[in-house]
Amino acid sequence: MKRISAPLTDSSVEDLRAGDEVLISGTIYTARDAAHKRLVELLKKGENLPFEIGGQIIYYAGPTPTRPGEIIGSAGPTTSYRMDPYAPLLIEHGLKGMIGKGQRTQPVLSAMKKFKAVYFAAVGGAGALISRAVKSSSIVAYEDLGPEAVRKLEVADFPAIVAQDCHGGDLFVEGVKKYSRSVL
Amino acid sequence: MAKRTVQVSDITEKLADLCASASCELDDDLINGLEEGLRIEESPTGKQILEQILENARISRETKLPSCQDTGFAVVFLEIGQDACLEGGDLMEAVNEGVRRGYEQAYLRKSIVDDPAIDRKNTRDNTPAVVHTEIVKGDRVKITLAAKGGGSENMSGVAMLKPADGIEGVKRFVVDKVKQAGGNPCPPVIIGVGIGGTFEKCALLAKKALLRPLGSHHPDKRYAKLEKELLSEINASGVGPQGLGGRVTALGVQVETFPCHIASLPVAVNVNCHASRHKEAIV
Repeated sequence: MKRISAPLTDSSVEDLRAGDEVLISGTIYTARDAAHKRLVELLKKGENLPFEIGGQIIYYAGPTPTRPGEIIGSAGPTTSYRMDPYAPLLIEHGLKGMIGKGQRTQPVLSAMKKFKAVYFAAVGGAGALISRAVKSSSIVAYEDLGPEAVRKLEVADFPAIVAQDCHGGDLFVEGVKKYSRSVL
Repeated sequence: MAKRTVQVSDITEKLADLCASASCELDDDLINGLEEGLRIEESPTGKQILEQILENARISRETKLPSCQDTGFAVVFLEIGQDACLEGGDLMEAVNEGVRRGYEQAYLRKSIVDDPAIDRKNTRDNTPAVVHTEIVKGDRVKITLAAKGGGSENMSGVAMLKPADGIEGVKRFVVDKVKQAGGNPCPPVIIGVGIGGTFEKCALLAKKALLRPLGSHHPDKRYAKLEKELLSEINASGVGPQGLGGRVTALGVQVETFPCHIASLPVAVNVNCHASRHKEAIV
């Protein structure tokens, strides 16, 4: 188990290999479908993003509403490929990490290699468990999007697995090959 | 036969309770399936994921925090007895009010947008529900709520096969669909398969197959055998928990069938994530 701190640096990204189990601590941001659309529109217009993206990790998540007296609701990952049309441009602008579930497509993997970024898988459907790693949460943009608002989270020991790394390592490919016994 | 009066407000109340309980009280059949999966999983990463999923279910049950943040589209099946007389207002409004209250009171996520392809503005109360009604014998109303997550629903599909494709064609379509989905639908998944009927009927059969208890089988032994063969082929794929490699890709495959046209062999695959949430009540 590797402990890593967020935001990330080029060298911390390069140290990570597909299959590594990690605990992430530090600051991360949530954004999913509708927020990505807006973030990329801003970049294309040459405008500033609502947060400094250099070195950051974006967590693809839209939590349930926070109950009174609690920090956050259930907060597991959403499926990542829907963010693939937007992710390469964000990586080009300095995004270093993404947390989600499911495999990424080639344009994202190429950008990860070129600009040094890493993709972590968190356990989809484990939102109650993952919420315990969140120590503070505040909305920093797009409150009108409801569950899709961008949140700044402070996390401690957030459990994740390096799924696709910046060296071309891919646990989706390697893991499946290892356990496949298909005959069809 | 005498008519029995059913107040639609009772349907609202029951449905609100079902919405709340579905999200944080995963059924025992599912927990048993996950525990069995943990026993047979060989991948260390896969085992760890299954342990996290089981731990998550325990936390959710104890704290009433939803097991998954995607608390789903409320898909509501109403089996309405032909001798039940519904009173007290509009039935569809009563259903939507139940969903509205349940999602608000239990702090569930509102995941529905008002218009699919243009505005995509969140309706902020998780309505409207998708409602399937059926008129049946009797004087009661059976309500079944399936809270359906978007990630797994996206991996579903329908194929209009040729009769010549036969059972082998059905198998190939189902297995390919699950392999292509990989880690996207949150494996280990539960696969609902509809075979026969028309284009829309087989999709509904696939969804209804997911309402059955995990581990139940088709009454026709030949289709029960197909369910077992599909499960074993899917679990030979190596996709594994979260698509990161392993033995346990699916916890179950459940098939529903219906007669079909001489020209057709429709097949539908409805993928459900491991957080299979469905609850029922009778009014």
